[in-house]
Amino acid sequence: MGADVDNAFVSLEGVRFSYGDREILKGVDLSVRRGQVVAIMGGSGCGKTTLLRLIGGQLRASSGRIEVAGHDLSRLGRKGLYALRRRMGMLFQFGALFTDMSVFDNVAFPLREHTDLPAETIRDLVLMKLNAVGLRGAERLQPAELSGGMARRVALARAVALDPMLIMYDEPFAGLDPISLGVIGQLIRRLNDALGASSIMVTHDVHESLEIVDYIYFVADGRIVAQGTPDEIRASKDPFVHQFVYAEADGPVPFHYPAAPMGEHLLGRSTA
Amino acid sequence: MNGATTLLRRIGARVVEGVWRVGFAARFFMLVLLYSGQSLTRIHLTIREIYFSGVLSLLIIVVSGLFVGMVLGLQGYETLQRYGAAESLGVLVALSLARELGPVVAGLLFASRAGSAVTAEIGLMKTTEQLKAMDMMAVSPIARVVAPRFWGGVISMPLLVAIFSAMGVFGGWLIGVVFIGVDEGAFWSQMQAAVDFRYDIANGMIKSVVFAVAVSLIAVFEGYDCTPTAEGVSRAITRTVVSSALAILALDFVLTSFMFRG
Repeated sequence: MGADVDNAFVSLEGVRFSYGDREILKGVDLSVRRGQVVAIMGGSGCGKTTLLRLIGGQLRASSGRIEVAGHDLSRLGRKGLYALRRRMGMLFQFGALFTDMSVFDNVAFPLREHTDLPAETIRDLVLMKLNAVGLRGAERLQPAELSGGMARRVALARAVALDPMLIMYDEPFAGLDPISLGVIGQLIRRLNDALGASSIMVTHDVHESLEIVDYIYFVADGRIVAQGTPDEIRASKDPFVHQFVYAEADGPVPFHYPAAPMGEHLLGRSTA
Repeated sequence: MNGATTLLRRIGARVVEGVWRVGFAARFFMLVLLYSGQSLTRIHLTIREIYFSGVLSLLIIVVSGLFVGMVLGLQGYETLQRYGAAESLGVLVALSLARELGPVVAGLLFASRAGSAVTAEIGLMKTTEQLKAMDMMAVSPIARVVAPRFWGGVISMPLLVAIFSAMGVFGGWLIGVVFIGVDEGAFWSQMQAAVDFRYDIANGMIKSVVFAVAVSLIAVFEGYDCTPTAEGVSRAITRTVVSSALAILALDFVLTSFMFRG
């Protein structure tokens, strides 16, 4: 199960994080086993992306413990963190491809930076990675010539260029058409299984995620409010999960931003 | 009373923020120097930036240098001939360019042409998460993106200043000798006799190196430090041009007062 901490590849225990006075995460426990694809779901601004940044070491937790591959992130210096990141791949929301490089050079970038492989070997590896995402024919294109879905596939090829142990996805489905969405979903699952890696996906696309992931965590107001396998989530009676899975406008997550009662507001007695 | 307190608070906040930023910039400068190894060991990264900052700025530098020299020729002749010293036109043109106009005008042009482009590029890379992506790939953006651009600017600008001054002298010669008819022998020989290599040329080049470091640092810092939005990038570009211009003029005054005290 997802909460099996002993066998975990990534584990978070009581993790808290604040931006200034604003507390984003209020004690999160979470674990990801080797080979698992795990989704972290929740509404916009609930702290999902912050969680991913904490696991990637881009942010430091205010308290609690984050372990990746047996390393306590709070004890790693810059060198240790960089050594760990060589074994991580991350797909950013809009791909974050280097706009001054071609598709080929983008995928070759991590290989050229971190290995001394000869040019022919790098070429073979890049073509294999591009083939895996179905874009071998696009090697000479520039990022500006790609559609949103293609750019994300190239970024995916780049993220797995060094055969990472952990792949992280920040909103991999945002802004995609249904076909690209299905393609990316399948790729996430296939690449994870082919590499024997673990994947963490931050998303609010419930239906696509339920198809491909092994375990799901729901985050709301800085806490894990529900978790389970896709089948458990579908069958869940939890009002939050129900609202999320069936896309209901109102429920535990309110439709209205906190405000004074309408009557008071209209009569100008309140500025809230 | 309330208004005065608010005003004082605002001024205080501005000053504190300004000091913070100078501190950040100083720390950033140290980091850039610390991570400069790659700019030298992987020289192609720096050469690419020399091309973008230096070679692509050639046109504006050559044309401006020519026109500044031609104007110096016209104005200089107009003044000198009143005292019967028109033959000294070469000296006037060369000294003005080597000591002041070359480094200052070429520096200002470089800041607006290349400095702004560097800020925009780094700022947009930040906005589109390219710097974060690089960092997540265990590649330091300061070593890979910032340092080569910094050194590209530091190397290009003194060369552009030299080209600017040379074009200026050519422009002065074109107007003074070819169009107005100042004696060519006097023009060149007086220039040769009056312009000292160490006192005039070397000091001018030292100025250009100092300006190059200032402009390049401002350009990369503003790009790296910008708010990652369209508005943030545009503000950063404006700050680069304005701060560079002020830095060049202020540093020029300080350097001149040390170098040319008679």
